[in-house]
Amino acid sequence: MSTPTSSWPEAVMDTFRSQKIRQVAYVPDNAAKHLIELVLADKDIAAVPLTTEEEGVAMAVGACLGGERMALLVQSSGAGNCINMLGMVNECRVPLLMLVTIRGTWTEFNPWQMPMSEATATVLGAMGCVVKRVDKAEEVGPIVSAACQLAFNTNRPVAVLMDQRLVGTKEFK
Amino acid sequence: MNATRKPTLDRRAVAAAILKQRGDGLVVAGLGASCFDVMSCGDTPLNFYTWGAMGGTAMIGLGLAIAQPKRRVLVITGDGDMLMAMGSFATIGARQPANLAIVAMDNEHYGETGMQQAHTQLGTELAGVARAASFRAAGTIYTEAEVREWVPRILREPGPVFADMKVKTDRGQFILPPRDGTELKLRFQQALRANS
Repeated sequence: MSTPTSSWPEAVMDTFRSQKIRQVAYVPDNAAKHLIELVLADKDIAAVPLTTEEEGVAMAVGACLGGERMALLVQSSGAGNCINMLGMVNECRVPLLMLVTIRGTWTEFNPWQMPMSEATATVLGAMGCVVKRVDKAEEVGPIVSAACQLAFNTNRPVAVLMDQRLVGTKEFK
Repeated sequence: MNATRKPTLDRRAVAAAILKQRGDGLVVAGLGASCFDVMSCGDTPLNFYTWGAMGGTAMIGLGLAIAQPKRRVLVITGDGDMLMAMGSFATIGARQPANLAIVAMDNEHYGETGMQQAHTQLGTELAGVARAASFRAAGTIYTEAEVREWVPRILREPGPVFADMKVKTDRGQFILPPRDGTELKLRFQQALRANS
């Protein structure tokens, strides 16, 4: 991993804490490694590792029924796995904050990352997600905070696409 | 292999045996016949019926179980839904929610799509999957005596609990639950707030 220039994961955690996110579901992700470690260390958050991304979308419906707020951490390659399950989120007006680390937008080495990289915003938008993008560390705090408020104030999924320029490029060496 | 033994349980009777003792339990029902089974036992706002999102019912149960740790959460769904959720066995097993029980009404067929054979008839034992994923209790249930033994375990034993009910393909009358997702969510949330 080339090192990102600043600690955007702390800015995300500030939002999780101030906006009372109580459940965070995640898939393993190099780009979100530090954020996942912070989530796991937070005693007020139930951190749930998933085997596939759509599990987290269904879990958000249960969290919402039970009165808790959930965030979901996925990668662009996994956003596609969420599509049918987002139909339930849409039909039931379930609030969901999705943070999507994007590969394939900045110095990507692996061409197999490109199709979902290019399609992520389109397919999430097609399923009713409000889509925001962030590529500067100093904007992570305000954008994630705004996305979180939008999701939980208006009862809908909001995805923040975290650009590869921000989260770093996986190195194959 | 489990397919050599023919399922004989009546799914409506199994649903009734569990739900008449649910107390303040919260119920998430899988799409299709499982929803109709739950509805046949009496509608309440604390039933959340799914009409789509196949493969997601168990994970709805997990999110709810984490949010409401003092309430029993009962997922009642079909074998096809759980076959799509093989990874969710691992996710739930890793989390070990003590208040979550999953009941599969396993008729070994895809009933909503023309009764095609399901993988539970072709070599997969879902309770074995649950055990391998560290569920605290898991069983395949063929007889009414076993149902009587398992009902209290489903309702009270520390979870995660998985019970695979080998039911006949007869599915009983259509008794359709409400289907507007937003209405189902809102009434569930309101009832839970009033009732907690």
